[in-house]
Amino acid sequence: MKTFYKKFLEKFIEGLLMLSSTITTLTVVLIVFFLFKEGIGVFNKKPIEEGYVIAINKNNIVTKISSEQIKNIYDQKIKNWKEIGGKPDSIILFRLEDISNYYSDAAIGENFEGLPNCLSRLIDSVPNIIAFFPEKYLDKNFKGRQLEIDKVTLSEFFGGKEWFPTAQPAAQLGVMPLILGTLWVSLGAILLALPLGLAASVYMSEIASDKVRRIMKPLIELLAGIPSVVYGFFGLVIIVPLIQKTFNLPVGETALAGSIILGIMALPTIITISEDAMRNTPRAMKEASLALGASKWQTIYKVVIPYSISGITAGAILGIGRAIGETMAVLMVTGNAAVIPHSILEPVRTIPATIAAELGEAPNGGLHFQALFALGCILFLITLVINLTVEFISNRNKYNKH
Amino acid sequence: MEAPDENKLAKRKKRNQFIAFGILKLLSYSIVAILVIILSFIIYKGIGVISWDFITQMPEEGMTKGGIYPAIIGTLCLVGGSMIFAFPIGVLAAIYMNEYVKDGIIKKIIKQMTNNLAGIPSIVFGLFGMSLFVNKLGFGDSILAGSLTLGLLALPVVIRTTEEALKAVDNTFRHASIGLGASKWETTSRVVLPIAFPNIITGLILSIGRVSGETAPILFTVAAYFLPKLPTSIFDQAMALPYHLYVISTSGTNIEESRPIAYGTALVLIIIVLIANLLANGLRKYFGNKVKMN
Repeated sequence: MKTFYKKFLEKFIEGLLMLSSTITTLTVVLIVFFLFKEGIGVFNKKPIEEGYVIAINKNNIVTKISSEQIKNIYDQKIKNWKEIGGKPDSIILFRLEDISNYYSDAAIGENFEGLPNCLSRLIDSVPNIIAFFPEKYLDKNFKGRQLEIDKVTLSEFFGGKEWFPTAQPAAQLGVMPLILGTLWVSLGAILLALPLGLAASVYMSEIASDKVRRIMKPLIELLAGIPSVVYGFFGLVIIVPLIQKTFNLPVGETALAGSIILGIMALPTIITISEDAMRNTPRAMKEASLALGASKWQTIYKVVIPYSISGITAGAILGIGRAIGETMAVLMVTGNAAVIPHSILEPVRTIPATIAAELGEAPNGGLHFQALFALGCILFLITLVINLTVEFISNRNKYNKH
Repeated sequence: MEAPDENKLAKRKKRNQFIAFGILKLLSYSIVAILVIILSFIIYKGIGVISWDFITQMPEEGMTKGGIYPAIIGTLCLVGGSMIFAFPIGVLAAIYMNEYVKDGIIKKIIKQMTNNLAGIPSIVFGLFGMSLFVNKLGFGDSILAGSLTLGLLALPVVIRTTEEALKAVDNTFRHASIGLGASKWETTSRVVLPIAFPNIITGLILSIGRVSGETAPILFTVAAYFLPKLPTSIFDQAMALPYHLYVISTSGTNIEESRPIAYGTALVLIIIVLIANLLANGLRKYFGNKVKMN
């Protein structure tokens, strides 16, 4: 009886352990599921605010319109129907608040009960009108025609140069500036961090005495432990004003500020991984080099660095990954202007910062909400590719060396 | 003719090395300098703000005066909640990975997935926590939702440190125990775990340090902008230190007036991280020596 109980306990515990170890896998699967379920939804939606319609005169030959065209029409950049495939007539814009220019308050009615009729008659009588109004004011016998709007397309989403999800009447969901902004800031960060990080890892693994190393190692760990919001705060009160003063800018919240802070934050990752790789250089190789008369420095750059180059690469890529995914520090110091960056002294906006800044005000389940989840998907994929690349590099290395 | 040339070469070699090592040393120390600047700046600006009242009083007058008591309590709740969830699961998972499962496809998959989870940016955890815990499971913005989200984020850290701790246990202990007729679980629980315990606790402390500073995952799962009362249940919203720092340094109405509070909050966060790191290092050293001596 006792052995049975013992055996049962063993099996039970093993099951429990196995269950626990599947949690991470389950979480990754769930993250993918929830992220992509919401994110892909964005391509199933029209980029116009829900419950609104865009209507034209029934004799107008235009049938379809994209969100960019709508925006350009309402920004008066497109002024003629000819430009979007219609007859060569100039476009007459109509917003709901313009209704009083056409009809008296009496015709509209106190509770807007006459409004649907007015709209219908107006659109019927003005041939070149384009009107944007809530669907609830659509007359039952509407004499105009509703304009079909394309769903958000992949090319629009990835190729669009404008991110303005709350724009009226059509949301602009181009993620290009955000992706470029993210890469821009991260690239700057790695350019700053790589030389410093490499120097430190060479120094710690090959040159410094054991005592110095024992002091430096925990300090680097501490650098990794400082919360990102504290880095952001430090950047906000020190680096941002410094940049503003140095370069005489109207605002100091720039891509450069983000790169500096992210560079500091990426340092521990780069140092730990490349130092590890350098320490793994076989002693025999180093000693052979020294025995041939090479100096310690020659040994470092002719033997140690080439030997550990894949580890260094892995560290650099992982550092970029950290920088790309970092949210709070970037949100606080880069100024968050969603424009395609041209210099490091301009404000930029990254993908994570966009999610953090906008999710709070995006209505649950709406187009904007789903677009932010789609951004999350992009971020997830980028970091996944980075992690797999790093693993590939370090695995290949293992096989080559053994 | 040859001798002086060689001498020259040797001299140049020496000079080059001297310069190179000098530059490397300078760059390395500049990293330490960066750390020292950040820490001393926050400490210098924040030390005057921190007082007993600061850490035990409610915020007042649009967060420009008063203390950060609810934020501290909120962060404690979140850290506690996330660790209750992540620590046991993480340790059990690591035991399974290191002691039970044999090398093969299953181990590979689990390992890969744990790595992937560790690489996911924290803001993505925030999105996930919001759509699963807050919306789908209907927890709302609550300590429960925030703790679970943070727990998932900490899980890979706990697994990794525990695995390392288990790996450090010499195999002779296991063989001796099995040889004496102990079962696998008996060996694990009575022999391996006690030896690995200090290192596992070190990992726990480090993950506490990490979780207490995370902001992005709690933005949409728990954090309240301003809530001058303490949470009474796990379904309440709560303030949290890192979010508080973010709010008062960027979007408050009186950014300039609330600066001292921001410095104080940053210092409290730094102190938590410092304590966690010192404790972890101390434990490592203390037990490291002890285990070796045995």
